Amino acid sequence: MAELNISERQAGDVTVLDMSGKITIGEGSVALRTAIRRLLEEGKKRILLNLAGVGYIDSSGIGELVSSFTAINKDNGQLKLLNLTQKLQDLLTITKLLTVFDVYENEAEALNSFK
Amino acid sequence: MTVETTELSLPSRIETVAVAAAAVAEFVSRSGISDDAAFGIDMAIREAVTNAVIHGNSEDEDKVVDIILKSSPEAVEISVHDQGAGFNPNEVPDCTAEENLLKTCGRGILFMRSFMDEVVWFVPPEGGTTVRMLKRR
Repeated sequence: MAELNISERQAGDVTVLDMSGKITIGEGSVALRTAIRRLLEEGKKRILLNLAGVGYIDSSGIGELVSSFTAINKDNGQLKLLNLTQKLQDLLTITKLLTVFDVYENEAEALNSFK
Repeated sequence: MTVETTELSLPSRIETVAVAAAAVAEFVSRSGISDDAAFGIDMAIREAVTNAVIHGNSEDEDKVVDIILKSSPEAVEISVHDQGAGFNPNEVPDCTAEENLLKTCGRGILFMRSFMDEVVWFVPPEGGTTVRMLKRR
């Protein structure tokens, strides 16, 4: 079983990635990077990461979220986060990245924010 | 409770991070420490071993990462040693400074310091870098 499972769905012009597993150094971080690069190549620049199923992330995974955020912004897109677990929220607080990412607890609200 | 010690010597590759984390989780579960503390130790060991493999030993498989685990009535202590050129944590930029927020690395040390009660780095006589981390009960 893959360390990180990512399934993609479309909600209007927003691409939602439902993620479950771990975003850690190696396989998990690479899977996230690959998914984001592919979406950008396909011209999908409005991306919502649903992290409800991500129970574990390390500093490499956090770095990959930052790298994704930067790559998408550079391409005039938007990356937003949905359904952070308490632990992930704690990590983003420690790293002060909650001030960088747009974070939502409600999917409809998150989707509307792209408009 | 007596003092229990376990020593591991692992190759310098990325897969070692998960191997070390699994071994430490098993050790910690026997030590009777709380779930919250165990989570913190798990975060810290992953970051320490990642640093040892990537920054210390530069993923050179001729070099090893040595880990010593000690459980006492007062605390769980973990030492991670690499065979690299040495490391000064004070030279790592503050990843929470506004100008560094979008950098992709540098957060591992912050996590180790956040989740453990004591974290010290030193260069032992035989060279390399050792990070010693303590989690009190």
